[in-house]
Amino acid sequence: MHTISYQGEIRLTRYLNDRGTPLGEMPDWALGEQPWVGYYQQMVLARQFDTKAISLQRTGQMGTYASLLGGEAIDVVCASLMQTEDVLVPYYRNHAMQMIRGMPISQLFLYWGGDERGSATPEMKRDLPNAVPIATQCLHACGVATALKLRGEHQAVLTMIGDGGTSKGDFMEAINVAGAWQLPVVFIINNNQWAISVPRSKQCIAPTLAQKALGAGIRGEQVDGNDAIALHEVVGQALERARAGKGPTVIEALSYRLSDHTTADDATRYRPADELKAAWVREPVARLRNWLHHQGLWDEAREQAWQAETKQLIEAAVADWQAIPEQTVDELYDDLYAECPPGLAEQREQARARQQRRVQKGGKHHE
Amino acid sequence: MSDNAITLLDAVNLAMARALDEDPNVVLLGEDIGANGGVFRATDGLQARFGERRVIDTPLAETMIAGLSVGMATQGIRPVAEIQFMGFIFPAFEHLVAHAARMRHRTRGRLSCPMVLRAPFGGGIHAPEHHSESTETLLAHIPGLRVVIPSSPARAYGLLLAAIRCDDPVVFLEPKRIYRASKTLVEDNGEALPLDTCFTLREGNDITLISWGAMVQETLMAADRLADEGVSCEVIDVATLNPIDHATLIASVHKTGRCVIIHEAPHHGGMGAEISATLSEQMLTSLQAPVRRVTGDDTVMPYYRNEQLYLPDVDDILIAVRETMEYSG
Repeated sequence: MHTISYQGEIRLTRYLNDRGTPLGEMPDWALGEQPWVGYYQQMVLARQFDTKAISLQRTGQMGTYASLLGGEAIDVVCASLMQTEDVLVPYYRNHAMQMIRGMPISQLFLYWGGDERGSATPEMKRDLPNAVPIATQCLHACGVATALKLRGEHQAVLTMIGDGGTSKGDFMEAINVAGAWQLPVVFIINNNQWAISVPRSKQCIAPTLAQKALGAGIRGEQVDGNDAIALHEVVGQALERARAGKGPTVIEALSYRLSDHTTADDATRYRPADELKAAWVREPVARLRNWLHHQGLWDEAREQAWQAETKQLIEAAVADWQAIPEQTVDELYDDLYAECPPGLAEQREQARARQQRRVQKGGKHHE
Repeated sequence: MSDNAITLLDAVNLAMARALDEDPNVVLLGEDIGANGGVFRATDGLQARFGERRVIDTPLAETMIAGLSVGMATQGIRPVAEIQFMGFIFPAFEHLVAHAARMRHRTRGRLSCPMVLRAPFGGGIHAPEHHSESTETLLAHIPGLRVVIPSSPARAYGLLLAAIRCDDPVVFLEPKRIYRASKTLVEDNGEALPLDTCFTLREGNDITLISWGAMVQETLMAADRLADEGVSCEVIDVATLNPIDHATLIASVHKTGRCVIIHEAPHHGGMGAEISATLSEQMLTSLQAPVRRVTGDDTVMPYYRNEQLYLPDVDDILIAVRETMEYSG
């Protein structure tokens, strides 16, 4: 019998315990100013956005919304470490990443508020819009990376997927081709333990999701997704490897979905209350705040000021969103093709007449 | 290569070579398209000529081929991807429908998806199971996705060049039964054909025959026979199934008053139904007879021993046309 051996080790990086206290001696690079205060501020902003979005949905002002509660550290650290010319290929829970990449907050409300113009974000340059079907974004990231490679651009592509998404073929096909072609992609698995109602334990028997990378012959590792400092190190190194032409990485960030799947979901139907309670002890925002306090980088006065400031930012974004004029039925036809085909242009005339009729009947045209 | 008599397959190759030559952003990808030149040899010699960076052999994964193409296309590359047989296109659907067709729309034009997905389709070559279906209607139903089908070497050349230069995603379906059926002169002049116009292959006054793909051959043969019987047929190759050029079809049937639509795909919900419905909506009173359809059956595409019983033939078209001509209400 002949045996082929391979290294099957999955590293888990953690620096802070649940309460934000160092687990051991902190590395030199983690001490001092660093980006930690900035990360924390962005995470608070993300949470304020999330709270507002849920409240807008609950009061009937916005449609179904997918909360990012519990994923703040992953989103903020990943987006902050990206260079402007890197490319983000997000999924539907990456609101904070999109904000940091330049998407106006009002635009996020526009998107989740059901407006065709929501993904029109010139600020995001060549970043892709978020992917709603599961796992497809992983292949788009590989395509973007192929394009960068063909053009000799030394930039990285970052994409994110949930734990459930790794059960899909798209993810496996993506990490496979990323390995075969040594593409500059960083795949982040936001393992928040729940895919709607199905727990992580029912997705896959493997003890880690990161080890799926081994089958594709690429690097896979775990990181505590509630630990901004660990994320900073692991994601930063993966992005640098990608830019340096050293190939792709799969990073399984361990987190917890503190929210329902979306506002249309009720997690109390399937999730034990004590599990959620335990997860709140580990959550990323308080953990980083405690670390900052510990380091003397943050205090209660700054906390109150920043909470007030972000609240204002969000309220201003809501006001900006609500001031955007209603879309017209033309939005359905614009940009469907590079040039509107003649047959479709005829249909657009009928649609305009339909909109006119409904406006004349009174009320908003789309009601 | 210019000014030679070439097959439809040669024309596909010629158009891709032209596109690779004229635009550094054009990249071919697919299974076995490199050294092997594709299982039908559509990409024969292209990797040797343009290199492995422009003509890329992919891992065996159709979802990946489509998804990769979407990602590349958003960044200004023009991927021309091959799916080996249309029977294996289904893993690519999610990327075509949920992403390629909507990329420009959802980003309000910030990004676009100028990709081409080529696939040989249709029956009649004694291929194994899953290698002979005509499922173009499934794709033609999708807003934002162009579906183009050539039926001659010249149209294969001109339409494929147009598809590659087009800023919208295009599914380009190649009727493999006529890949090598005939040779005609095709000038390699870089001239594309329009993607929003039907091609009137033959003018006539008594009846309009509408078809696309390989069935255009049988339709033209039927038109020859009918001419001998004194029936003057107008023959139209639809060529672009989405967006479709209804105006040309309507104008023709206005003139003739009669219409038979011929396609290989199943009857139920086929593009023939769409065309027929449009004709009756727009010009019922000009019709002198019901619009007839000559199509494949609403059955699974048979294995090859039965495929000739399934595929419409010249006689089927003749019968439908004669009955339509004799119709008196």
